Order: sequence, then C-alpha cells, then structure tokens
Amino acid sequence: MLKLPSVPGGAPPRPGTPAAEPASLKDNASEAAISALGWLDERTAISGTARWVMFRKVPKGTNWFYTLGTSTMMAFLSQVVTGVFLAMYYDPSPNNAYESMRHINNDVFLGQFVHGMHRWGATTMVVLIFLHMGRTFFFGAYKYPRELNWVIGVILVLLTMIMALTGYLLPWDQRSYWATAVGVNVFASAPIAGPYLGDFLRAGPEFGATTLSRFYAIHMLLLPGLIGGLIAAHLYLVIKHGTTAPPWIEAEIDEDLRKSEA
Amino acid sequence: MNRREKEQYLREYAVLKAKGKPFFPYVIAKDGAMVMIVIGIILTMSYLLGGTIAAKADPTSTTVVPRPEWYYYFVFELLRVVKPAAITPLATVGIPTVCLILLLLLPFYDRGPERHPLRRPIATTAGVLTILVTGYLTWMGAEAGAPTEIAMPPSANVVNKEDPETVELYLKGREELPSLGCLACHQIGENGNHGPGPKLTDIADRLPEAGIAQTLRNPTAPMPSYQSLEPEKFKAVVTYLGHLTKENEENPVEGGGE
Repeated sequence: MLKLPSVPGGAPPRPGTPAAEPASLKDNASEAAISALGWLDERTAISGTARWVMFRKVPKGTNWFYTLGTSTMMAFLSQVVTGVFLAMYYDPSPNNAYESMRHINNDVFLGQFVHGMHRWGATTMVVLIFLHMGRTFFFGAYKYPRELNWVIGVILVLLTMIMALTGYLLPWDQRSYWATAVGVNVFASAPIAGPYLGDFLRAGPEFGATTLSRFYAIHMLLLPGLIGGLIAAHLYLVIKHGTTAPPWIEAEIDEDLRKSEA
Repeated sequence: MNRREKEQYLREYAVLKAKGKPFFPYVIAKDGAMVMIVIGIILTMSYLLGGTIAAKADPTSTTVVPRPEWYYYFVFELLRVVKPAAITPLATVGIPTVCLILLLLLPFYDRGPERHPLRRPIATTAGVLTILVTGYLTWMGAEAGAPTEIAMPPSANVVNKEDPETVELYLKGREELPSLGCLACHQIGENGNHGPGPKLTDIADRLPEAGIAQTLRNPTAPMPSYQSLEPEKFKAVVTYLGHLTKENEENPVEGGGE
C-alpha cells in the first residue's frame, strides 16, 4: 500500500480507533506454539488422528470396569520404566547375576525400591489383566465385531504369564532357580513337543548357565517388543470399533433420528 | 450372529455411542484416577514388601522347596492332584493348553447375539466355574505342603514307648526335615510333592535305619547327597525317617497335628 508522507507534528489519533497495543508475551507464546503445531500437522496430518483418538464418543453407561484395560497398560509401562533402570545394573551371567542383584538392593540409590516396584508391578499386572479379561467375558464384549481383539487379548495374557515366568529366574537365587527348574521340567514333560520345548527353554539338556542368558533375552528383548506391538494393535481395534456399552443398557429409539432417516 | 443381527447390533451401538460422552476429558479422567490408584498400590507394595532376594542359586544343593509365584499355584496344584505318573503331563500341560485354546477360540464358538450375562446362562456358569476351580486350586496350592513344617502328627508309638533320647531326635528330625528340601520330590503323609522320589510315609517298613543313612550319604541320581549335613542333624533326620512305618502313622499322638 502506498504510504503518504506524514503530517508534520504528527496526526492526532482519529476518534474511535484504539491505539494498537504491542503484542504481549502470552500472545507471542501462543502464536509460536500454534505455528509449531501447524508445521507438524502440515507434515504428519496428526491432528486428524488426535481428534479421532481423543474426541471419539464413548457410549453412555461406561463405568469403572472399563478402566481395567488402561490400568493394565499403565502397569506394563511401569514395568518397562523400572525394567530399564534394573537393566542398567543387572548382569545376566550366572557368575554375576546374583551379585548384581545384591548390588542393586544394597548399594544403588533406591535400588531395592525399584526392584520391588518391578516385582510387585508384575503381580499387579497379572491381576489386572485377568480382571480385564473377566470384564470382557461377562459383558459379552468379545462378540461381533470385536472377535479379533479378544484373540489379541488372550495372546497378551499368555505373553504376560511367560513374562512373569522368565523374570522369576533372573535374580538367580535359590528360590527362583529351583522354582524355574521345576517349571521348565513341567513343560518338558509334555507329550510330543515337550522335549523340544524343554531343550529350547533350557538352552540345552541341562538347566544351568546358558538358561539364564536365554531367559534374559526372552524377558527383556523378545516379549516386551511383542507385548508393545500387540497392545498397539489392541488399542487400534478398540478405537476403531469403540468400547462396548454395558449389556444392560438398551438403545432407545431416537424419534428425531428416525424422522430424519425417513 | 446372522447378518440381520449384526446390522441390528451396529445400529443400536451407533445410537448408544451418539448419546455418549467424548473420550476426552470424561473417560481420561476416570482412567487417570484408576491409574493413580494402581501406581499407588505398586508403590505401597514395593515400600512395604520390597524386592527381597534369597540365598544365591546353588545347583548342587536342594535345600529349598521349589515354589512358583502364587499365580502359578494352580498349575503346581494340578501336579499334586493328578497322582498317576502316566497322566501327569496330561494334567500339567494338557489341561492348561486345552483351556488356552478354548479361551482363544471363544468368540468363534460362542456366536449368539446375546450379551447380557444373565441371559447367557451357559457362558456365565462356565466362567464362574472356571474362576471357582482356579481359585480353589490356587488356595490349595498355597496351603499344601507348607515347606516349614510337616502336618503329619508325630506317632504315639514313638513318643510314648521309645527312650527319651530317641524321642528327642525323632522330634528334632521332624522339624529339621522340611528345611532340607526332601519334600520337593518326596511325600510324607499329605506333605510334599508326589514324585519324582518315592513316598516316605512308610519308608521304615522298606528300609532299616542304616539303609536310610546309607541312601542319604550315597543316593541314586538325581537325589543330592546329604553327606555334608551336620552329624547331629543327620542323626535326627535318620531317626525320624527310621520311625516312619505304616503302623506308626496310624497311631498319631492326640492333638499333635499342630
């Protein structure tokens, strides 16, 4: 726009127009945040996904039983976090495993507390996942169209139980050693596949040194990845199909809706 | 569910969903509250119970009775309940595997449109029964063979008729034995695991005391040797085992079961 030379002495402000205030810090900050999000959204289109996840409607009648799934997932995340801290100090060799656990318990800052969180977090997760499964069963929530999600859930239960079994051995104390030795023998006693499964778990014919590193790899590399991936698939399907309404809630016929459809 | 039922379900669900509340913030708030409770429980349990460890694993010494975590007790109990050795694998691996497959395939054989638990009598009864049986087995597994003591009462034949020194050794042996891990593989009365070792309830009918001592020192594999046990403890255990006969078992001291 063409700018006219200013009137000498300055023009008096026109009546009715407020003097332009300099932009405040708050305005600048929100402007920067919005433009950063805009930059991100332009490249990922994430706002649609976020809206799809966060602002989807949940059927009426949803009660406290519906919080068990989230709780199980958070217990798993707690296991991941405490597990990472334990892995910083743990040594999965038969000669040092027990000493490294003693080191965690006795010397490391909050070591025994984090170890305890991991141990009791496992118990909590097992209890929660079974409660969640019970809720799904008694509410009939495994039926059409959510059959596949039930199957994923049962696999998650199985993986959680294997996680608990493999983790139990890692402290390498008398309790864990003998309980796991007997547990593996139970698997190995199965007909047909048993001997192969036993050899695989023990990493050889004898329960011993190599078994520990095998259990460690299964416990902290294989299973967490599998469980994380399956949780993602589980959540995707939950959001796609929506959470069920409690079975005693009846859908009332909506007169407005019927009129608009007619 | 046939096609009409599927469509009806989806229609009804759409109505319920349309009348519901948005996930954020209503469900997030509820979930968040529950997650706080769960994290609180984990922190409290860790604070109160901690992460304890027992003695270092020693493959050569079986001085502990193997015990899994409590949520595996039901499998452990199946191992004890199913006695005949020929069908043990069937019970310990077969039953859980069959249950797992039934669970996995549940939505494929239970295809009715009904969802209300009270209008699905078969499913609800099966579910409740499964919970009761698993709970019962878990409870039995927790109770059974408490590794700290032998619930079989001492025998009146020994306590009243033998000389005081033998009685003292007998009672000491009865207290010491569970801490040696024998019950991991042997059964005395109702205590301990059924196998792989033979039942010891009436071992003295089959082996004299000297023979028992010989077996403890120089056992057949896979039983570990008790050669290195303190002589006094060794003598006590041998005395106890040496008085486990059928006749003694049938004459317990009154009220001695603890």
